[in-house]
Amino acid sequence: MRGPGTIERRSMAQATKKPRRWHIAVFLAPAVLIYTAIMIIPLFSTLQLALYSEVENSQVFVGLQNFRALFGDPQWSDQFWNALKNNTWFFIVHMIVQNPIGILLAALLSSPRLRMRSFYRTAIFIPTILSFVIAGFAWKLILSPLWGVAPNLLDLVGLRSLFQPWLGKEAYALTTLALISVWQFVGIPMMLIYAALLSIPDELLEAAECDGITGMSQFWKVKLPLILPAIGIISILTFVGNFNAFDLIYATQGALAGPDFSTDILGTFMFRTFFGFQLQLGDPNLGAAIATAMFAIILIGVSIYLFGIQRRLRRYQF
Amino acid sequence: MMKSTRLALLAATMLGATGMAMAQDAELTIESWRNDDLTIWQEKLIPAFEAKHPGIKVTFAPSAPTEYNAVLNSKLDAGTAGDLITCRPFDASLSLYEKGHLTDLKDLENMSNFSDVAKAAWSTDDGSATFCVPMASVIHGFIYNADAFEELGIEPPKTNEEFYAVLEKIKEDGTYIPMAMGAKDQWEAATMGYTNIGPNYWKGEEGRLALISGEQKLTDEQWVKPLGEIAKWAPYLGDGFEAQAYPDSQNLFTLGRAAIFPAGSWEIAIFNDQADFKLGAFPPPVQNAGDECYISDHTDIGIGMNAKTENAEAARTFLNWVGSAEFASLYANSLPGFFSLSSETVEMEDPLAREFVSWRENCKSTIRPAHQILSRGTPNLWNEMWNVSANVLRGAQAPEEGAKQLQDGLAGWYEPQQ
Repeated sequence: MRGPGTIERRSMAQATKKPRRWHIAVFLAPAVLIYTAIMIIPLFSTLQLALYSEVENSQVFVGLQNFRALFGDPQWSDQFWNALKNNTWFFIVHMIVQNPIGILLAALLSSPRLRMRSFYRTAIFIPTILSFVIAGFAWKLILSPLWGVAPNLLDLVGLRSLFQPWLGKEAYALTTLALISVWQFVGIPMMLIYAALLSIPDELLEAAECDGITGMSQFWKVKLPLILPAIGIISILTFVGNFNAFDLIYATQGALAGPDFSTDILGTFMFRTFFGFQLQLGDPNLGAAIATAMFAIILIGVSIYLFGIQRRLRRYQF
Repeated sequence: MMKSTRLALLAATMLGATGMAMAQDAELTIESWRNDDLTIWQEKLIPAFEAKHPGIKVTFAPSAPTEYNAVLNSKLDAGTAGDLITCRPFDASLSLYEKGHLTDLKDLENMSNFSDVAKAAWSTDDGSATFCVPMASVIHGFIYNADAFEELGIEPPKTNEEFYAVLEKIKEDGTYIPMAMGAKDQWEAATMGYTNIGPNYWKGEEGRLALISGEQKLTDEQWVKPLGEIAKWAPYLGDGFEAQAYPDSQNLFTLGRAAIFPAGSWEIAIFNDQADFKLGAFPPPVQNAGDECYISDHTDIGIGMNAKTENAEAARTFLNWVGSAEFASLYANSLPGFFSLSSETVEMEDPLAREFVSWRENCKSTIRPAHQILSRGTPNLWNEMWNVSANVLRGAQAPEEGAKQLQDGLAGWYEPQQ
C-alpha cells in the first residue's frame, strides 16, 4: 500500500546522491550495544563454555565431550531425560489447564452483562506480579499437613480423606507445582485474550447476530477464529516460560527437587550441575552444556511454531 | 611530558597512601557463611582478640550460607577475598588449597592443640599439609521433651529395643507425636537419620575407613541395617510427614507437640531459646545393652588464610589465637552446640551442650561417612544419601534397594569399590 508520497521520495533519492542516513545507526546503537552486551555475548560465551572442560585448574577445549557425557553417560543422561520428561508434563499441564481457563475468564470478562469487571480483572491478575518465592512459600504453607488451611478447608466440606501431603508424594508433587504455577500466571493469557476479544469490531458481531449466530455458537464460530493468533502467542510464551522455569521448584522443593527427583526440571538440573550442591562441586562446563541443550529445545520449539503454525494461521483485517 | 609527571604524581600519592595504611593497623577481614554468628563475633570474639593484640583490626564479613561457596570462589579468583577464610570441611576447602588460595598452616604453633581426626577435614589426603585451623564440630543425637517424658513416665532409651518401646508408648498415649522428622527436605533423613544412628552399626571410623579402602560395601549388612531402622520410623512421625520440611519439624518440637527430635547439636541454641519446657538428650541407641557406642562428631567449621593476603603476619597471629584454649572456651560458650575440637578441656555452661559433649567420654567419635573422598565423583554420594534416606523413610524404596543404588553409584567412579 504505497502512497504517492513514497514514490516521489524514492525518485528524489535516486536523483540526488544517496545520502548516508547516519541517524538510523545512531538511533539503533544504544539498543544494539546493550542487547549485545547483556544478551548476545553471554549467550555465545555460554555456548563456548560448554565446549571446554577444567583439567588441572585450567580450561581446556574438549569439543563435544560435555554433550557426550550429558547424553551418553547414564549418570547424567538419566537425570537429563527425567528432567525433560518432567518439564514436558509441566508444560502440558499449563497448556491444558492454564490457557483454556485464561480464555474462559477472558470470555466471561468481555461479556457486556458482567458487573465489577475491573475488580475481577485486577484480582485475577495480581498473583502474576507476586514473586515466585512468595507464591511458592504461600502455597507450601497452605498445603502443609501440619499448619496448612487445605486440610481444614477439605474437612469443612467433609472431604478430609482426600487430603494428601501432595508436595511430598512422587505421584502428585509435580502436578501440584504445575497447578500452583497455573494459579499464579493464569492472568497473563486472560489479559492477552481479553485484549484480543475487545479488538473485535462490534459490526462483525452485529452481522453475526443478524445471521442468527448468538451466544455460545457466536464464541465458537466468530470470536475464537479471530483470537487464534493471540492463543498462538500465548502458547509460545508458555512454552518458553515453562522450559526456562526454575524459581518455583527451587523455592518449594529445593535444589534436589524431591521427592526422589520427581519435580526435577531442566532449570533445577542445570542449577545443581552449574553451581553444585552441598558436597557436589559445581561444574560450570557441564552446566553450560545443559543450558545449551535448553536453548536448543526452546529454539526448536519456537521454530516449529513460527514455520509450522504461525504461517498457516489466517489473519483477518478489519 | 606534562602527562608523565602527572602520572608519576598520581602514582606517588597512591603508593604513599598504601604505605601509610601499612604503617598503621593491620586490618583483617574474615569471610564466613555463619551470618547467624555476626553479633557473637562482633561483641565477644573480636574484642577479646583485639584487646590482646592492639594494632590488628578484625572485621567479620559473612555471606549467605547457600551462596558462600560460589561467592568465595569468585572473590578468590578475582583477588578481592578477605584475609581469613572460613573453611567448609573436606573437598570444598581442599580444592581451594590445591588451587593455591589457601596456605599450609602446619607449622602454626597452636596446631598441636588438635588431634589428627580433628585436622583430617582440612588436611591433604596424605596428611602432609593442614590448611585450616579446626574450629568446631557438631554432634548428633536425639533431643527430647523432658517434661513430656516425665509426664508419661518414660526414661531415655539406651538400646534399640527400648527406643521403639518408648516410641510405641508415646504413640499409644496420643498426647504427643512421638518423633518430629520430615521427608520433604531430604537432608533430615540423611543427616539426622542415617548418619545419626548409623555409626553404631558400621562401628564409626572402622566402617568409614573400610568403605574408603574398599573393604566394605554399602550393601553390607552394617550399612543396610540403619536404613532398615529409618524405614521403621515412619509410623511414629507426624501426619503427612512426607511434606513436612525441616523448619516444620523444629516448630513441631519447640511448640511441644512432638516428644523426640532427631537432632544435631546446632539446634541447642535455637531450642533453648524457643522451647518453654525442659530439654534432655540421649545418644543414638545401641543394638544390645553394653555394646560399644559410637557417635557422629562431625568436623564442621575451620578457618584458614588467603594465600594472597597482604597481612600474612597478622593473619597468622589471629589463626594462632583461634587455636588457643581461650578461643575454644569463648566460642563453645557463645555458641552452645558447636563444640571445640581442641584437645584442651573446655568448660561449658549450657547443660544440654554438656550432655552432648559428655558422650565423647564413653563413645567413639566418627564423622559422616560420605564427606571424606567418597563425594568427589558423580553421582555425588552425599546427595544420593539424602535422596535414598528420604525415599526409605517415605517407604518408597526398600532399604536393600536404596543401599544397592548407593553402592552402584559409588562403584561407578570410585576405583577401590569396583
